[in-house]
Amino acid sequence: MWKLRVMLLAGAAVMAAQSPKYGVGSPATPEQIRGLGAAIAPDGTGLPDGSGTVAAGREVFAARCSKCHGEKGEGAVGPLLVGGQGSLATAKPVKTVGSYWPCATTVWDYINRAMPFDQPGLLKPPEVYAVVAYVLNLNGIIGNDQVMDAKSLPKVKMPNRNGFIKDPRPDVGKRTKP
Amino acid sequence: MKESKRSSRRQLLRIGAALGGGLLAGHEGVLAGDNAPGQLGAPLGPYGERSPFEKAVRWRRDSKTPETGSSFTPLQDSVGTLTPSSLHYERHHSGIPSIDPAQHRLVIHGMVNRPLSLTVAEIRRLPSVSQTLVLECGGNSGSEWAAKTGPDVQRSYGLVSCSEWTGVPLSLLLAEAGVQPGASWLIAEGADACRMERSIPIAKALDNILVAYGQNGEALRPAQGYPLRLIIPGWEGNANVKWLHSLKLTDQAYMARDETAKYTELMPDGKAWMFAFQMDAKSVITFPSGGQTLPGPNLYELTGLAWSGRGRIERVDITTDGGRSWVKAKLQEPRLPMAFTRFRLPWRFDGREAVIASRAVDETGYVQPTREALIAVRGTHSAYHFNGIKLWKVHADGTVTNVEA
Repeated sequence: MWKLRVMLLAGAAVMAAQSPKYGVGSPATPEQIRGLGAAIAPDGTGLPDGSGTVAAGREVFAARCSKCHGEKGEGAVGPLLVGGQGSLATAKPVKTVGSYWPCATTVWDYINRAMPFDQPGLLKPPEVYAVVAYVLNLNGIIGNDQVMDAKSLPKVKMPNRNGFIKDPRPDVGKRTKP
Repeated sequence: MKESKRSSRRQLLRIGAALGGGLLAGHEGVLAGDNAPGQLGAPLGPYGERSPFEKAVRWRRDSKTPETGSSFTPLQDSVGTLTPSSLHYERHHSGIPSIDPAQHRLVIHGMVNRPLSLTVAEIRRLPSVSQTLVLECGGNSGSEWAAKTGPDVQRSYGLVSCSEWTGVPLSLLLAEAGVQPGASWLIAEGADACRMERSIPIAKALDNILVAYGQNGEALRPAQGYPLRLIIPGWEGNANVKWLHSLKLTDQAYMARDETAKYTELMPDGKAWMFAFQMDAKSVITFPSGGQTLPGPNLYELTGLAWSGRGRIERVDITTDGGRSWVKAKLQEPRLPMAFTRFRLPWRFDGREAVIASRAVDETGYVQPTREALIAVRGTHSAYHFNGIKLWKVHADGTVTNVEA
């Protein structure tokens, strides 16, 4: 991945030297950019102000999330959100926020943009922080009193943060004779 | 007298047919009638429909949340190498948005010198290219990892389709915005309800990604991203973001849900592959295939489709004896890189049970592996990127099933 990055940086530098050939489009306004989905980076770039507690998250979850994910994230129409830690290398891996997701920021980003399923974008930032806190707490990743905000969320250490490797293909299907 | 009576009766028939055609969608009332001598056919129409005798449709699972899920292309009914837009597979995460192209904007922002807002009309004014390319869901054939594999080609291999796509090279749009040094990823976002997003390395964007507005000679279908989508040659479908409205240039991947929790491949040791974008060489026999029946011993044309995300199809081998011997199939030309290549082989079904399969080799020399070879390395929980050889059993009575049946 790092080697790829260096290559990419070189490519980007070449691009930057170019000037517009067609002069197409209008300058994008800050309002326009704000109107797009808030994309959140693993280092927390893009996280808005606000904060949420586990207790507040329990209430939002009961009102907005439990219908599909169960009262304690055990899953129903929607997938389960809790459990599975230590199961990934077994015959029955259980992939959840707690066992599989590598970054806590992804939980924020996804809930904010895509949940609740039938009304995506409904939750305000403090509610998103709260639900994230509750789901992380259900998974035993943060304590009952930990507050999630733009500073604390990117520092959360997810159990499977080192569980991903780069694409090793071709691992099978290699030509056996020239 | 006789003449005028006849013509008025004919006129009446014609009115009746027109009314019937109007009432029954697809002009069934007109086309289903016999072509009696002297009876006119249906009038000209503004937008074509297929014959009411043709029944091929996409398949999808019953779901409590039909806005998310997949619909599968009926490959068993396909001929040639193109998929009609109306039968292209679908994979949506929060329904198909209804977008007025006059209101739609593509915003390029983040690490650029000139954040740009582009209308669809502005993009359509730029130099365009057309390219015939396969689009395959990363999860296509995911059910094949399980002990019981799919019963027919549609449900087991149908999350793949091939279209001619038309659009503007993404590199051109990026040059207009002026990429800043240090920018290494693009975060692409759709305007669907869930604002689906993926991180894409900028090197690929500079290589051959399209911002597409056209498919098979007309505008994209709403289900395929109208009015704008990414088309990323050879890469898993999910990264080809539909209803594209935002491209943010960044110095890091954003670890979106669909590149961490989903579209990652869990290996037996508990580690998972990340950013495994490219689709490997794959092929499948579409006739005869599961669910079909050969009417009896006879000479048939065995046929199917092969493709590779890494380039052209070099060769397709066919076995009709369960893998003991292989013969080369005839390949349809031209063999376009990363597009469907149809293969064909005359075959005499002699009324005895036969296990048939195809095996693709692409221009990199990669050989489509068996299901067993894949499982030996990757286990059965990787979910995505299954490209194993698919075996069909032709039974003595001519019925065709998967090999487990």
